Amino acid sequence: MTIAAVQSNPAPAILPGSGGLRGALSDLFWRRPKFLLLLMLAPPLLWLGIVYIGSLFALLAQSFFSIDEFSGLINREFTLKTYGDLFQAANLDIILRTITMAALVTLASAVVAFPIAYYAARYARGRWKALFYLGIMLPLWSSYLVKIYAWKLILAKEGILTWLLAKLHLLWLLDAWLSLPVVGGNSLSVSFTGTFIVFVYVWLPFMILPVQAALERVPGNLVEASSDLGASPGQTFRNVLFPLALPGIVAGSIFTFSLTLGDYIIPQIIGTSRLFIGQAVYSQQGTAGNIPLAAAFTVVPIVIMGFYLWGAKRMGAFDAL
Amino acid sequence: MTAAVSFKQVSRHFGSVRAVDAVDLDIVPGEFFAMLGPSGSGKTTCLRLIAGFEQPTAGSISIFGERAEGVPPYRRNVNTVFQDYALFPHLNVLDNVAYGLMVKGVGKAERLKAAEEALSLVRLPGYGARRPGQLSGGQRQRVALARALVNQPKVLLLDEPLGALDLKLRENMQEELKSLQKVLGITFVFVTHDQGEALSMADRVAVFNDGRIMQVGTPEDIYQRPKTRFVADFVGSSNVLPPDFVQRYAGQHRWGSLRPESIRVSTATSGDGVAARLVGTNYLGATTRLALDADGLRLHAMVPAGTALPAEGEAVMLTFNRDSLHLMDEPA
Repeated sequence: MTIAAVQSNPAPAILPGSGGLRGALSDLFWRRPKFLLLLMLAPPLLWLGIVYIGSLFALLAQSFFSIDEFSGLINREFTLKTYGDLFQAANLDIILRTITMAALVTLASAVVAFPIAYYAARYARGRWKALFYLGIMLPLWSSYLVKIYAWKLILAKEGILTWLLAKLHLLWLLDAWLSLPVVGGNSLSVSFTGTFIVFVYVWLPFMILPVQAALERVPGNLVEASSDLGASPGQTFRNVLFPLALPGIVAGSIFTFSLTLGDYIIPQIIGTSRLFIGQAVYSQQGTAGNIPLAAAFTVVPIVIMGFYLWGAKRMGAFDAL
Repeated sequence: MTAAVSFKQVSRHFGSVRAVDAVDLDIVPGEFFAMLGPSGSGKTTCLRLIAGFEQPTAGSISIFGERAEGVPPYRRNVNTVFQDYALFPHLNVLDNVAYGLMVKGVGKAERLKAAEEALSLVRLPGYGARRPGQLSGGQRQRVALARALVNQPKVLLLDEPLGALDLKLRENMQEELKSLQKVLGITFVFVTHDQGEALSMADRVAVFNDGRIMQVGTPEDIYQRPKTRFVADFVGSSNVLPPDFVQRYAGQHRWGSLRPESIRVSTATSGDGVAARLVGTNYLGATTRLALDADGLRLHAMVPAGTALPAEGEAVMLTFNRDSLHLMDEPA
């Protein structure tokens, strides 16, 4: 472009509109950005408000109905009788078992996820970072059922894990563990230990990704500053890294905790015959046809998660968001 | 006397990049030492070697006579003020300042008292309850300084601490840092790419280029008697004169340097001096910078504001005192 061409540019200062409906719409959206926002948000809000929350409330309302023991019909009158049934010893066992499992799975996921997330956030660059994301996401792309049945084979008495421990002459360790009450059983695939391992495996990506995102936002020089001020690596972890990663850990734990609370497939395929909340809901609304009790069971995880989030907020886990 | 920091043939290579290359350096206890150089010249790596964030590839570093290789940062009684301050966002100002004492196990009451005193020292008393995010750049800078000083380090390292501040604030902080250093008597090692900052604050300056030290000396030495073309050009943008030119005026075939403010510009067309043509003027406020063309050689002159100036493109005559023409050691 020559200077002469620039100086004799014949184009007008204001360009004409492109005309037609599209042009008019573009200009309208530019002048009224809120109108565009409304247009974009309306469908998801309708879906969320009516289809999702609406049906959830319809379900919750069911928990205040009761079932007629003789006819098996649902009595549509307000009553707390179903909640009375919920707090029978057998059902309380189910609730307690599920919460314990969810808490342990969350804790183990956090412990396993942190070093992986730390490596990915601090050290992995370029191709290694891509490999990290691929490694974390790959299990999420394959079928959930395939993964669980694969674990059933791995954990079975004739499975690769038993074979490996036998080769390492550590079979006595496995046998000792399996002979323990509660966590033990005939083999790993029919014990709570097996259920626990598979839960941790399946939900781990949901913990790694938010922790990694949180650590990614921690500037590297904060770690250096801490070390410069005399903090050993352990002190730096406790005083700087952990508090700054906490929002990520809490976000991840919301996933791992709530997913474990509601899952009914893993404990059915891998584990003992004792029920978890998800299985109880499944059998109450299916074979037993007791929709009110199933609904009351679903209220339990919702209430627990409510308290969980409230506690996390009080701990200041969302301050850094 | 033991040096505060001593480098003996220290190198730090990153693969094939020689960030620091066989550097020898002695920093005297209690001095304000500036490391000056363009980005990538190795000055920050030198600072990180003293702090312990980097380990030398070769050579030895000692701090007050004690060998420092392999010693982690948290076992060095040296503190750093980081370029972007690196304040802990989840702690309030007082806890930030008290952090160093906290990890050393000093009791809560005692360390908060010391932190409050350190905040008064940097003229931020009563700011303890705020979060770093609520402070301005200059205030964060002071908190970072207090956080380092509260540990009473043997050496305080400052990595371009004023780089992010605006001009007015920077000038204030320069004065404050300098007087603080005088009062406390702590050895300050200050990294900067701003030659004005280095000259105005430091007792001694080391000029870095390509991982090596070009010259170490007092600000006056560096400014008036640069040893190499690089130093002459980098510190105060001196006119670097080729050997042939110098031969004509000083009788020696060596590289020379001539400060822009030593050149007088007159509109006379005959007589003694260097004939040149004015090619551009830059108004800088107190002074005006003239770009001159002396038979193909590009020169700059600095004249006080208000001097009558010839028009651009006109012929001028340049004169200067022979003593202001400095001959450099660098071989021609």
